[in-house]
Amino acid sequence: MAATNQKNVADKTYARIENADLIEVGWKICVPAKADADAFLKAFDPNKPWLLFGAGKKGQLLVGSWWTNGGEFAGLNEMFKLYKAANPDVEIVNAAIAGGAGTNFKGQLLTQLLGGVAPDTFQLHAGLEVETYNPPTLVVPVDDVYKSANLEAAFPKDLLTLLKYKDGHYYGVPVNIHRANVLWYNKALFTKAGITKAPETWDEFFATADKLKAAGITPVALGGKDGFELQHTFETILVGTLGADGYRGLWTGKTSWKDAKVTDALNTFKKYITYANADHDALSWASATALLINGKAAMNIMGDWANGEFTAAKFTDYGWAPTPGSKGIYDALSDSFALPAKAPNVDNAKAWLALAGSKAAQEKFNPAKGSICARTDCDPALFNAYLQSAISDWKVNAIVPSVVHGAAATPSWASKGYSDPVVLFASTGDVAKAQAALVAAAAAAGFPQ
Amino acid sequence: MTTATPRAPARHFHPLRIALYAVLVLAALFYLTPIYVLLITGFKSSTEAQNIFNMWVPPDVISFRAFQTAWFGAADTVGLQQGFWNSVQLVVPATLISSMIGSVNGYILAKWKFRGADLLFPLILFGMFIPYQSILIPLVQTYRIFEQFTGIKLFSTILGLIVVHCIYGIPITTLIFRNYYASIPTEMIEASRIDGANIFTIYRYILFPLSVPAFVVVLIWQFTSIWNDFLFGISLANDPRVYPITLSLNNIAGSFHVPWNIQMAAALLTAVPPLLVYIFLGRYFMRGLMAGSLKG
Amino acid sequence: MSPKHRNWERVVSILLLLPSILALGIFVYAFIAWTGYISLAKWDSAAPDFTFVGLRNFEHLFIGDGTDAIRFRYDLRNMVGFTAFFLLSCIIIGFGLAVLLDQRVRGEAVFRSIFLFPMAVSFIVTGVAWRWMLTPGEANDPVGVNIIFTQLGLKNLQSTWFTDPTIAYLSPDSGVGAILNSIGLGFLTTKDFGYPLAITSLVIAAMWQLSGYTMALYLAGLRSVPDELREAARMDGASEVQVYRHIILPLLQPVTLSVVIILGHISLKIFDLVVSMTGPGPGFATDVPAYNMWKTTFDATLFSQGAAIGLVLLVLVAILIIPYLRYSIRAEAQV
Repeated sequence: MAATNQKNVADKTYARIENADLIEVGWKICVPAKADADAFLKAFDPNKPWLLFGAGKKGQLLVGSWWTNGGEFAGLNEMFKLYKAANPDVEIVNAAIAGGAGTNFKGQLLTQLLGGVAPDTFQLHAGLEVETYNPPTLVVPVDDVYKSANLEAAFPKDLLTLLKYKDGHYYGVPVNIHRANVLWYNKALFTKAGITKAPETWDEFFATADKLKAAGITPVALGGKDGFELQHTFETILVGTLGADGYRGLWTGKTSWKDAKVTDALNTFKKYITYANADHDALSWASATALLINGKAAMNIMGDWANGEFTAAKFTDYGWAPTPGSKGIYDALSDSFALPAKAPNVDNAKAWLALAGSKAAQEKFNPAKGSICARTDCDPALFNAYLQSAISDWKVNAIVPSVVHGAAATPSWASKGYSDPVVLFASTGDVAKAQAALVAAAAAAGFPQ
Repeated sequence: MTTATPRAPARHFHPLRIALYAVLVLAALFYLTPIYVLLITGFKSSTEAQNIFNMWVPPDVISFRAFQTAWFGAADTVGLQQGFWNSVQLVVPATLISSMIGSVNGYILAKWKFRGADLLFPLILFGMFIPYQSILIPLVQTYRIFEQFTGIKLFSTILGLIVVHCIYGIPITTLIFRNYYASIPTEMIEASRIDGANIFTIYRYILFPLSVPAFVVVLIWQFTSIWNDFLFGISLANDPRVYPITLSLNNIAGSFHVPWNIQMAAALLTAVPPLLVYIFLGRYFMRGLMAGSLKG
Repeated sequence: MSPKHRNWERVVSILLLLPSILALGIFVYAFIAWTGYISLAKWDSAAPDFTFVGLRNFEHLFIGDGTDAIRFRYDLRNMVGFTAFFLLSCIIIGFGLAVLLDQRVRGEAVFRSIFLFPMAVSFIVTGVAWRWMLTPGEANDPVGVNIIFTQLGLKNLQSTWFTDPTIAYLSPDSGVGAILNSIGLGFLTTKDFGYPLAITSLVIAAMWQLSGYTMALYLAGLRSVPDELREAARMDGASEVQVYRHIILPLLQPVTLSVVIILGHISLKIFDLVVSMTGPGPGFATDVPAYNMWKTTFDATLFSQGAAIGLVLLVLVAILIIPYLRYSIRAEAQV
């Protein structure tokens, strides 16, 4: 193996063996002379397995992401450590930029990619967000990484469908899975208002909310400051009202946005807002979560990154359920890493992508980040109670792609066509206008209604 | 030119004067309030800062932890340290160079008017009004093309940031120096020409030594705006070894996972150098303004 | 009056300017032309696409009742409202403080520094601090400055600040509204021409940052009014107020003009403050063109649409700046 990889450095017709258990037909490999092999084994140190792969990689690995703090940064650091151990001569540069659910970072990245410069690899929401980077012009397929690290066997089928771009290639390797449709609640406040179980339908939800209100408790904590919280909430209402297939169809042209159920969803959303804290436009999702932690509000619809806030605040008295109507559906988003066409250190980047898909890295990264593994073979014992329940749901639920988090629709549709009418609607409450605008947006995205 | 020193304070006290001081003190309180909030929150412990309903109450126990974390970083936070030094390396040369450029341009435009100079000046000035978001992509492309032709790397280097701040600083620095030099009597120059002075010696021996007030205004202005710039930093640096401090601050304050006390401490630390500049050079700034450098 | 040129000096003077001219020619004018070119193209995904589509991207912004057009009308409304109140408050407060400080005040330097220092702070820091102070909380559970109002017994001063979705506008039923309607200006009585109350929070933060600078400009102006002039007026029996009105105010006009230009261009381009403080706000009540442009371009990857917004913004700035430039050139020609 070492011999083959050493040859590969000078002569690319030789294969590069990344996975000791996998050698493919058609690879050009090198079998060393006995004397050479003996000399190598004598010098070989089992604590430095990378020597098996021949001359170590050199140069840099520039990793772009919007993970700068807290659990996500800690998780990223764990991956850096693993990478460093395998590639001690590569200098890792962590080029992370925080803010606005990745907007700052994306602005920077696009400016640079279009200007002709690129990091070695960068964070990307799995799914149609890749269209932002116009594959295969600014990003290139990573099918070979899937092959060499045997990733197709490791991820669930629904996820692979989501990951495969329409041209049949993979453009990113996912490290985690988040769930968007989670209803969080403060158990103490539920008890205080005499509520015994989480609502499963929207009717139950509003009944619960009325009870809370009667007990003098703000029923719903809502954020809005960062421009995705309202859209996120409405997305989960769509999922809960239209069901898995109906919701998926919205983004493929099979379900019309003129559908009466979309009208229902808008009405539900309108009603939902009336139960929320009045200052929702001042709060980020994290501040809204804090209302729940501090006992100022009882329920909150937010992705399962909220769980990380609970953990950080050492708050344990909370419960969770799928958002009303969405039982059995997993509204998923996934962070992945992609390979830019102009990546300066392609070999280093590919090693990073292989690492990102590996069991070792995902088991380190996800408990810290507060998400579950994209792989199905991670050890559930490493995760907390909420995440364990998510892991079991992930295996059996119908998986639908999140639109707000880049999985379901093209960037222009998701962050303008879908997003802007929802923001306007939240302040005007004009159902007919909002629905007309959503219909127009779908038409503009190429799905005439 | 008038003197910059204030007139001597009045000795007598009149009810109106008490009202005057009352208004000034109230105004001062208004301006200091945000700094008060930043300070007390920065000195709180994380648990204490969590309670936003006590945001006006000073800390029970003064803790330097937040400042320490904001500067040096921690296991889950990258500190400001590196960004601070990057910014120092960027701001000092960029400020000096752009002041020199402005001074020379202002000199020519004020004292060596050629045909078309009056048309040229507004064209130069217009550059400070463009929304920079609309020129980012051509900017990066230009840098890359430049690198291909010359081998000089401008993208994601401190040098590249210096260049962009110098170029987009030309309009304001030129404006300030031009207005300032325009207020210097031409007779002085005429007289020295009779003594044989030329375009260089006039600048070197007459105008440059007189330029201190304008330099102070320009240096302060450029220092502050370059130190506080975010947009060019985010677009032209893709490597933390180049990130200016505003990016480091954004990575702390722009993230949801950082406790308030650390955000506030980081914000304060970022603001310290320009604040020091104002506290120590503020009066020269006033003098420069009075000397006509920013008049219409 | 410049000194008489010798020929070589004429050449040198142009050579000295040349690098700046070239740099700005590329970095300002060529880049603007590039943006103009993009704004007429069909570049609506990350793939650069220069198919010519005419003014389609501008039509999206100005014509019809599509979401884009509604949002852009709100953007312009917000920007005008913000600019007007920001300039007005800075001028009034800045001038007021300058007059007060001009009254032989003890500790003038201290006050001056306190008023001036916010200018040193970046908009990001300003936004973080003010967002925190103006977070309203609930009526019975106030946060931020609302706590202070409650404790001072001024509960009716409590406000929902930048979360207030209210748009103040001329009602078509009011007297003025009826008149406007009758002369065909009825469109002025819609929310498109209102003032979103949420903008006030941005105005307060921006005013905090730059009113001290305005004060400094006015103070410098006041100090350059020769004492003899004031004395002469007083000898003629003018009261203090009359001295200000008839002698000093006219002399301060150029200062006011500088203030309008410098603050005006900051406020038309305002971006960092919106990002760090309010975001787009309830129903886009605090959205501004520069923010919309950043989102449209880099979040939605509608590059041509973003370029169009940028260009409209540039034209608006030009409307402000070109008369100023013409004025200042003419004023100089008279000297």
